[in-house]
Amino acid sequence: MIVAKRKPVGEIAEMAAPYKKVAVVGCRSCVAICLAGGEKEVKMLVSALKVKNKKEGRKQEFEGLVVERQCEKEWVKEVEETILGADLVLSMACSLGAQTIGDMYPEKLVFPGLNTSFFGVPEEQGVWTEKCVGCGNCIIHTTGGICPIARCAKSMLNGPCGGSSNGHCEVNLEIDCAWHAIHERLKLQKRLDLIEKVTPPKDWSTSHSGGRRVYTRDDARLTQHQKKGKEAVQ
Amino acid sequence: MKAGSNLEKVLEAGQFAVTAEIGPPQSANPEPLIHHAKMMRGSADAFNLTDNQTAVVRLSSIASAVIIMREGIEPVIQMTCRDRNRIALQSDLFGASALGVKNVLCLTGDHQIFGNEKGAKNVFDFDSISELQVFDALRREGKQLGGEVVKDPPRVYLGCAENPFATPYEWRATRLAKKVAAGADFCQTQAIFDMGMFEKWMDEVRARGLDKKIHILAGVIPMKSAGAARYMKNKVPGMIVPNDIVDRMKNAKDQKAEGIKLCIEQINHLKTVKGVHGVHIMAVAWEEMVPRIVEESGLMPRPSFK
Repeated sequence: MIVAKRKPVGEIAEMAAPYKKVAVVGCRSCVAICLAGGEKEVKMLVSALKVKNKKEGRKQEFEGLVVERQCEKEWVKEVEETILGADLVLSMACSLGAQTIGDMYPEKLVFPGLNTSFFGVPEEQGVWTEKCVGCGNCIIHTTGGICPIARCAKSMLNGPCGGSSNGHCEVNLEIDCAWHAIHERLKLQKRLDLIEKVTPPKDWSTSHSGGRRVYTRDDARLTQHQKKGKEAVQ
Repeated sequence: MKAGSNLEKVLEAGQFAVTAEIGPPQSANPEPLIHHAKMMRGSADAFNLTDNQTAVVRLSSIASAVIIMREGIEPVIQMTCRDRNRIALQSDLFGASALGVKNVLCLTGDHQIFGNEKGAKNVFDFDSISELQVFDALRREGKQLGGEVVKDPPRVYLGCAENPFATPYEWRATRLAKKVAAGADFCQTQAIFDMGMFEKWMDEVRARGLDKKIHILAGVIPMKSAGAARYMKNKVPGMIVPNDIVDRMKNAKDQKAEGIKLCIEQINHLKTVKGVHGVHIMAVAWEEMVPRIVEESGLMPRPSFK
């Protein structure tokens, strides 16, 4: 899932200050699970902004609402009326949601209420950890199921570096050294031979380094005829 | 001879080598380098120029190398993967070689969080091992990673670092084996304070026959004070400083003198460890002590091949 963190209320208030009617739009997908932009968080933010405005004598209208998945046009369409009626859309989804609204209604201002952080996993209640960077060429079958690109601070392919200390990463001693973990996992699986040979440099062209990525699947795309039919139904 | 550097000649002749480190200045002033070069000339076979070590911005290692070469001493340039991608690393290798640099130490590099530009975007296109592999292919086959054939490839002697004191300990000899396979000719180790642990690592290194394939230069750091010992023990990840060394420094009347004495003892012991082909002295911000340490360790004069 995509893990995000709400921006500080003060920063959000400052961004939104010049606009009278503000639609605060949350999302029930990833950001709800990471407690950043779901229904509850939208309500909390709206009341925090109202309280702040009351204290500071500023007049603004806030409307909070949540869509199922803000990165999908169909769901955004459901709240179109509110979006069109607002001076500002404050998106409480990840940046994908915010950009979806922005691309659908280019004349509208859509500001981010969250900082989209990483692809991660809810490790335990209140803890999310990054485990993938979307490099476009997965190799975890060779590294004991642990991604060194995302989980090693230096994205090493031949780790661990000399800073691995008691199994922890030198960059943050609270965090496990990915390569120590890979070593332990492969040892357990009796597959250490996988990392005994030199892993050559990675081809990063499948990652963001290769430019913005667009995937198309011809077998999944609608034909012109199907598109017309769909439009007619809508 | 792969590069014909002085360091290569010393090591290939089976002599016990000495290398020392020079930290380039945090400015555009070459004078500190010239000063250190003059002061340390003749006390080591080659001098490492660190590459923005601990991610602190400094005069570049290649430029520093050229400056000290003018003073007649041989550089080992350190090249980390933190700040340069494969385009820049291969380009700088060409450049360094064209300028007369013959020794290159391949390192992954300290993370920028330790330095003075914490907001930097890092690169890490390679790690030290893939860097070695690419550089080795360049010098041997005249072939770039991308396949381009290089008519006049760089002639360099390739080094690596290894830290026997980082976890998992049991993987450290394997990691050296990977560096040998990737093309490293010599290895400068992390500073050794726990001699027993180092010797245990060397046992594994010898058991695998790696000492026959790579020249190991054991790293030492002369300590100025008990505070420095404590700092390295507690604050530097991947460094092990046993309590008896901290206590010895603490109890010494003259801590500086004790630090030098200890360093010399360490070197004298390392000379006796089978498979150790030299020492690498990292006198961080205490470079002026290097000639004395080398002299008092009985390692002067340095071999000459002229």
